[in-house]
Amino acid sequence: MAAGNPSIAQERTSDIKTKRKSVLRQLLKHRALIILAIPGIIMLFINNYLPMFGIFLAFKDLNYTKGVWGSDWVGFQNFKFLFASNDAWMIIKHTILYNAVFLIINTTLAVLLAILLNEVRRKMLSKFFQSAAILPNFVSMVIVGYLVYGFLNPELGFINKSILEPMGKETIAWYAEPKYWPYILTIVNTWKTVGYSAIVYLAAIVGIDQEYYEAARIDGASKWKQMTSITVPLITPVIIILTLLAVGRIFNADFGLFYQATMASGMLKETTEVIDTYVYNALLVTGDTGLASSAGLLQSVVGFMLVITVNYVVKKISKENALF
Amino acid sequence: MKTNNRTNPLIILFLTLFSLSCLIPFWLVFMVSVTNEKDLTRHGYSFWPNHFDWEAYRYLLHDSANIARAYGVTITVTIIGVVVSLLITSAMAYSLSRTEFPYRNALGFYVFFTMLFSGGLLPWYLVYTRFLHVQDTLLALIIPGLIGGFNIFIIRTFFTNSIPPSLVESAKIDGASEYRTYFSIILPLSLPVMATIGLFTIVSYWNDWFTSLVFINNEKLYSLQYLLNKTLMNASFLQSIANKAYSNTANVTQPLESIRMAMAMVAIGPLVFVFPFLQKYFIKGLTVGAVKG
Repeated sequence: MAAGNPSIAQERTSDIKTKRKSVLRQLLKHRALIILAIPGIIMLFINNYLPMFGIFLAFKDLNYTKGVWGSDWVGFQNFKFLFASNDAWMIIKHTILYNAVFLIINTTLAVLLAILLNEVRRKMLSKFFQSAAILPNFVSMVIVGYLVYGFLNPELGFINKSILEPMGKETIAWYAEPKYWPYILTIVNTWKTVGYSAIVYLAAIVGIDQEYYEAARIDGASKWKQMTSITVPLITPVIIILTLLAVGRIFNADFGLFYQATMASGMLKETTEVIDTYVYNALLVTGDTGLASSAGLLQSVVGFMLVITVNYVVKKISKENALF
Repeated sequence: MKTNNRTNPLIILFLTLFSLSCLIPFWLVFMVSVTNEKDLTRHGYSFWPNHFDWEAYRYLLHDSANIARAYGVTITVTIIGVVVSLLITSAMAYSLSRTEFPYRNALGFYVFFTMLFSGGLLPWYLVYTRFLHVQDTLLALIIPGLIGGFNIFIIRTFFTNSIPPSLVESAKIDGASEYRTYFSIILPLSLPVMATIGLFTIVSYWNDWFTSLVFINNEKLYSLQYLLNKTLMNASFLQSIANKAYSNTANVTQPLESIRMAMAMVAIGPLVFVFPFLQKYFIKGLTVGAVKG
């Protein structure tokens, strides 16, 4: 049999040829669908894939005159600087803590709001409440910055001028006092996002089969009992999924919130600097590209691992809700 | 529902208070914009001014070039952005939705991976400034928002769930090309999802200030949001706007505080006006976004 190789080899080459041909034919056959996808492929390549290739910059001493390719390799030097300054731990801690607090408060309030919104029977009233709830989500963070400033402007703001002064208390230089900002940012974030989350949970509640409630009513269950024994358990999967997905993004702060609400005040850094604002400042304010690239890569890699882990967990809990 | 038609008044009270807390900050900013400057310096910002004064708006009207130009930039970017984005996104989603397309899994992964991993701000910034060289052009405001994996998958899901494959089949038998099928059969049938995604794209272009912050230095290319951002954070910029409005009134105190807030109102105004009409689609979009595509 071994002697009969020529024929087998021939077969193989012709196999490869027909395969190649069939690939070509397939490409030609589906060229229309490929062409329709090409603009999207190119845009994703530019906006997402090219930057991914750029992560190697974290291991270079980026020098604009030498160019991206010509800059010197420095190994883990950038990371050494990043962690030597203590900044790294501070921004990681801030990012995770803020996101965790936001998540807990947001979820609790949103579920409560959704349950209450579902109780409103008058259509007009329900629409009004829903509109008001998502209006904050509809406006830009710049506008949010104005709204916050309306309350906190140190000379004229509502809180200093109309609350603290009349009470005979000393006014506060809000944009220079870091200690208040964890609370302020939590309030602002809740104001901006809770309505949106409530609407999402409301959609889940509306989807619950009414028969459960009818049966409960026949059994004489109170509203409260219906809420705790039907509504909450039945939307728990949604709560878990949304929470896990948020955990997957816990390493990514909302840049707009931390930049606009604080009016980018440098004096607040010790409580408000998060990874995203740090990278932004390093890149575009101080021009320290080494810190920007190393902190950015750290965020990308940890974020990626978190998403993969979270997806694994989601898959264990409920398969159809997993991302992949 | 027959048995219990009344909502507990406590619930209504709670929701009313919540709604007020959502709206009140806007009210405060509006009231500051129509408060007499002397009142402002004496009493600070308040929810009801002692003297109404539309001076700030008069200032802005007197030299509206800044705001008009910023509106122009934002509208241009938004219109081009949303049209191109919907075309690119839906065309790709269409290819992904066709079961007989042999590369759909590979392509799907290509899209999906962008949702998992990102290169970060610095490489992204360099791609646009050192590779495409689009800084300080409108392209820098348009390109980054054109495509997103999430929208592709939402539209793809709509195509697979709501458009019967037999429709595409019969179009093919009638001799329609893929392009024709996509443009004259698929797109007209997809108005609901296109409206939802389109609205979200409009809002994200309209509200975008980040790309301006990163890429734009030329004052003539300031978008509405970025103009606002500058006015809030940069006192001398606010002063320059006020000076342009009335350059000959050096001795008169300019209503800087109310001008600032009036600018915010001029920017929010149209949005708040269209919001009630769009609210339904917006809510629909929010809930679509929450369910996996």
